[in-house]
Amino acid sequence: MSRFRILLRRELALVMRHGFDSLMVIAFFAVAIVLFPFGVGPDPNMLARIASGIIWVAALLAAMLSLERQFLGDFEDGSLELLAASPAGLFPVAAAKALAHWLTTGLPLTVAAPLFALILGLDGDAMGTLMLALALSTPTLSLLGGAGAALVLGARRGGVLLALLVMPLFIPVLIFGVGAVEAAAGGYAVRPHLTILGGLLLMAAVLCPWATAAALRVANE
Amino acid sequence: MGAIERFANPNRFLGLARPCLPWLAAGGLLSLASGLYLALFSSPPDYQQGESVRIMYVHVPAAWMALFCYVAMAAAAGVALVFKHPLADLAARATAPVGAAFTLLALATGSLWGQPMWGTWWVWDARLTSVLVLFFLYLGYLALANAFDDPARGNRAAGILALIGVVNVPIIKFSVEWWNTLHQPASVARLDGPTIHPDMLWPLLLMALAYKLYYLYVLIVRIEGEIAAGKLRALQRRRARTADRTQVNAEARA
Repeated sequence: MSRFRILLRRELALVMRHGFDSLMVIAFFAVAIVLFPFGVGPDPNMLARIASGIIWVAALLAAMLSLERQFLGDFEDGSLELLAASPAGLFPVAAAKALAHWLTTGLPLTVAAPLFALILGLDGDAMGTLMLALALSTPTLSLLGGAGAALVLGARRGGVLLALLVMPLFIPVLIFGVGAVEAAAGGYAVRPHLTILGGLLLMAAVLCPWATAAALRVANE
Repeated sequence: MGAIERFANPNRFLGLARPCLPWLAAGGLLSLASGLYLALFSSPPDYQQGESVRIMYVHVPAAWMALFCYVAMAAAAGVALVFKHPLADLAARATAPVGAAFTLLALATGSLWGQPMWGTWWVWDARLTSVLVLFFLYLGYLALANAFDDPARGNRAAGILALIGVVNVPIIKFSVEWWNTLHQPASVARLDGPTIHPDMLWPLLLMALAYKLYYLYVLIVRIEGEIAAGKLRALQRRRARTADRTQVNAEARA
């Protein structure tokens, strides 16, 4: 556990020293959301109807924006090989990276989402559900994205490729995330959607670091 | 383990696989011809769908193959990762484009059938959406496998991706049962026996057999091609190395 904490502290220190990275994610999130009223027209009823979809898609894209950097720096300067040589193996490295990615992108997104939901006119009752669903599913995105980011290390045009790889895997999260918010806005039971999101998170937490570690080993060969 | 190691030798594999090719081709053509004849001419039109039902004989086996190819690809990738089997990597890589083509065929024929039957080319129903996701998974596999300068590295990374994507397979298979949507549930592979008439079942099964034989034929040809490409790369490397050495020797002498 202490090893995990050291890895996590290292990741967070790296992010902090780069400064405005996590603010960039929020800025991208905001810009992507602002595009929609221009694209579909400013009719408040329509915007309120599709608000949850807009917020979810923008959050997915924003989370993906910073995925590539999860391992790229360590891969290029060789620290990944040193991490792989540690007796703990790459599983805790993958888990710590995913957690750090969530703390610097998923968490700010979750906190910022109600503000944007408000300006889009999302139903007030759905606000809490939106935050809860985002809090449950953004870690899944960080975990899945970590596996994708590890797979494209050393590939040509890795960034575009990463989007192609992880987007299909994000779709279940999107379906149940939007489902939860829609259910809350329509006055239906929210619990089933949230429990499925929680199940997806648990599955990803167990399987993804393992797949990420395997992909990192391949990248180090 | 014995058999796995035995057929890891590409030449032994080719010695066994090459003689199968004419049989696969003959069987495939025969079943395709008889299946198409039964499907297009001698099977009855459906009481609800009319003549449009004949699209099903192309569509349903293609959809089966789309899933079958993905499972085969993931299984081959798993064997390659666990046993470092050199041919399993090639088999996974050779399966991907065939599976992608069958997925596209299933989507296209389904869309052609949907226009007269459902009145729309496309609906965002669970089965259609998950098959579309499957198509993107195939594309991702192909893109990743070809994104590296070292093909072996690409194969291994893409293999891990194929294994991650396996979670989509049960979702596709059971999507029509979990979500009550426009796409009809299974009528052939059921525990209580098929619910379709033998006159329609036979052409369907013949077409499925033809597709499978086609897949095996293409698989062997593609693996042969990959093996040849690997040999070519090794020869080119060796020649580049000897050219280097003769140049160094000549310079040393001069």
